[in-house]
Amino acid sequence: MDNKKDIVLLKGNEVIAKAAIRYGYDGFFGYPITPQSEVLETLAADKPWETTGMVVLQAESELASINMLYGAGCTGKLVFTSSSSPGIALMQEGLSYMAGNELPGVIVSVGRGGPGLGTIQPGQADYYQAVYGGGNGDYNTIVLAPNSVQEMCDCMGKAAELTFKWRMPVIILSDGVLGQMMEKVELPPYRPRRTDEEIAKQCPWATNGIGLKNRKYNFMSTLELDPQVMEDRNQKMAAKYRQVEAEEVDYELYRVDDDTEYLIVAYGISSRISMKAIDLLQEAGMKVGMLRPKTLWPFPNKIISQLSERIKSILCVEQCEGQMINDVRLATEGQATVFHSGRSGGMVSSPMEIVEDFKSMARERMSNKWPKGYWMK
Amino acid sequence: MNETPMHYCPGCSHGVVHKLVAEIIEEMGMEEDTIAICPVGCAVFAYRYVDVDWIEASHGRAPACASAIKRLWPNKLVFTYQGDGDMACIGTGETIHALNRGENIAMIFINNAIYGMTGGQMAPTTLMGMKTATCPYGRQADLHGYPLHITDLAVQLEGTCYVTRQAVNTVANIRKAKKAIRQAFENSMNKKGTSLVEIVSTCASGWKMTPEQANQWMVDNMFPYYPLGDLKNTVE
Ligand SMILES: Cc1ncc(C[n+]2csc(CCOP(=O)(O)OP(=O)(O)O)c2C)c(N)n1
Ligand code: SF4
Ligand SMILES: [Mg+2]
Repeated sequence: MDNKKDIVLLKGNEVIAKAAIRYGYDGFFGYPITPQSEVLETLAADKPWETTGMVVLQAESELASINMLYGAGCTGKLVFTSSSSPGIALMQEGLSYMAGNELPGVIVSVGRGGPGLGTIQPGQADYYQAVYGGGNGDYNTIVLAPNSVQEMCDCMGKAAELTFKWRMPVIILSDGVLGQMMEKVELPPYRPRRTDEEIAKQCPWATNGIGLKNRKYNFMSTLELDPQVMEDRNQKMAAKYRQVEAEEVDYELYRVDDDTEYLIVAYGISSRISMKAIDLLQEAGMKVGMLRPKTLWPFPNKIISQLSERIKSILCVEQCEGQMINDVRLATEGQATVFHSGRSGGMVSSPMEIVEDFKSMARERMSNKWPKGYWMK
Repeated sequence: MNETPMHYCPGCSHGVVHKLVAEIIEEMGMEEDTIAICPVGCAVFAYRYVDVDWIEASHGRAPACASAIKRLWPNKLVFTYQGDGDMACIGTGETIHALNRGENIAMIFINNAIYGMTGGQMAPTTLMGMKTATCPYGRQADLHGYPLHITDLAVQLEGTCYVTRQAVNTVANIRKAKKAIRQAFENSMNKKGTSLVEIVSTCASGWKMTPEQANQWMVDNMFPYYPLGDLKNTVE
């Protein structure tokens, strides 16, 4: 295996598979679901078990896949799963167990329109699912939000690093457009998988038996009968979460400068469409720029608060009926009004639709009907 | 074995099986090479007793958890330890598929015909006519369906190499059960496929009996329905 970079034209889902092999992942466990089935299909075609030694297994359900991830994470291996909305819904209990035991593991979520079986067309209606989770208890997961095929690739590397650095599951929240569209991408060089000795050194907490004669046995359990002990565990995790919030926020600004009057906040595919809308609006003389969260948890609260102080209003663009908008509103600390723009159920905004929503927002602002900070959707 | 105050009720089969597991791991010299998966059920605290690395899986998912681990650590002894509610009810899907894939793991199945941990509710293995907290007038086919013979199902699956039903109520049976568990562990190490060792067990508390009564009740009622002995062995 050469260790040079390769430039190729690929679908987002295919890139997830190829990046995992190159970043030295130890295993993949997943169940087919549109629009992400190419992840497992690509892995099956590439047969990494013959080259890097990576394990690939089609599980019997998403319930099984997440529990396979859980088991693997307990032993210190670097593993991932990939699914879409209803499949990620099934994984929530397992995610809570992973978070509760402070385990590594990467979950790729390629969103489609919902609720229920929904559509197989792209959607961003799983923001709450990813950021707030459906699993029980006090926990967070890091959520990365790529907006290009290249970033799908890069996120696999970043997630691998963060999940061990912080010992918590990392979700890569993508969508059906990013999963299915083809773009030019630079694949990273091959990185060898860690040896057993390296795993033992990096993960002394892992339940893999290594070195047991010279240490106390390890165990993974989320059950605490004593509520005080449970609270202590929660507080320790909460302290870690506050640290992640302080250190790992990532975002990008697009055409924001000192004169910016209006802000669009968008992630994933919505940010790509919004860039086009912003170009059109700027041509028409509007002073509008975009803030794109690259991490949805931790959320870029500080920069949104700072910008809110000096702008007229915010348009939150997402392909759902409005989920991230509530985090944006909280981040403004009441200093700016936030409006919604977006389609749902598998429909995707056109740049012109965003331009139209922007214009009606600007008219609302100019009519001064809404006092500063009024929450309007 | 660790010095841990016993959390099991007097006479509970779990304690005996734990001791067998601990003895076998020691005899095989596998302490550094064992990854054990415990269930949600009374055996949730199994890790307190046997000092190897343990993972507590969520309710029913131990076979999925173990499948991934054995594939990632093919030279380790990987086994699950599960109750009847865990293995044969909420986790039936994971159980059947791990068995059917022929995962090189051992599965120890404590069949006490009841949900011990949650206070004695009906299990998929509860006998016809048997009274539990959720079938207080006795299990009836029209209301509750029939007991699930998951071990017999396992025999049909091509991935299984060893399927056996044992008990730990007498010294002779304990010896046989120990031999069976050791065989299952060796199968995991030798990558022969999946081994399933059912232990027909008592739950004196759930059955609302004394330990002696429970043992006798098991002999009189459980053994005729779940007969002891090897059901499949392709390794010999
Ligand atoms: C998802 C989920 N559902 C329900 C429970 C509650 N629960 C805990 S143990 C148990 C039954 C255990 O019975 P069994 O597997 O037969 O084990 P035993 O205690 O009899 O050994 C149940 C229903 C749970 N912990 N998790
Ligand atoms: S409730 Fe039943 S299974 Fe649980 S410890 Fe007591 S006797 Fe054993
Ligand atoms: Mg039981």
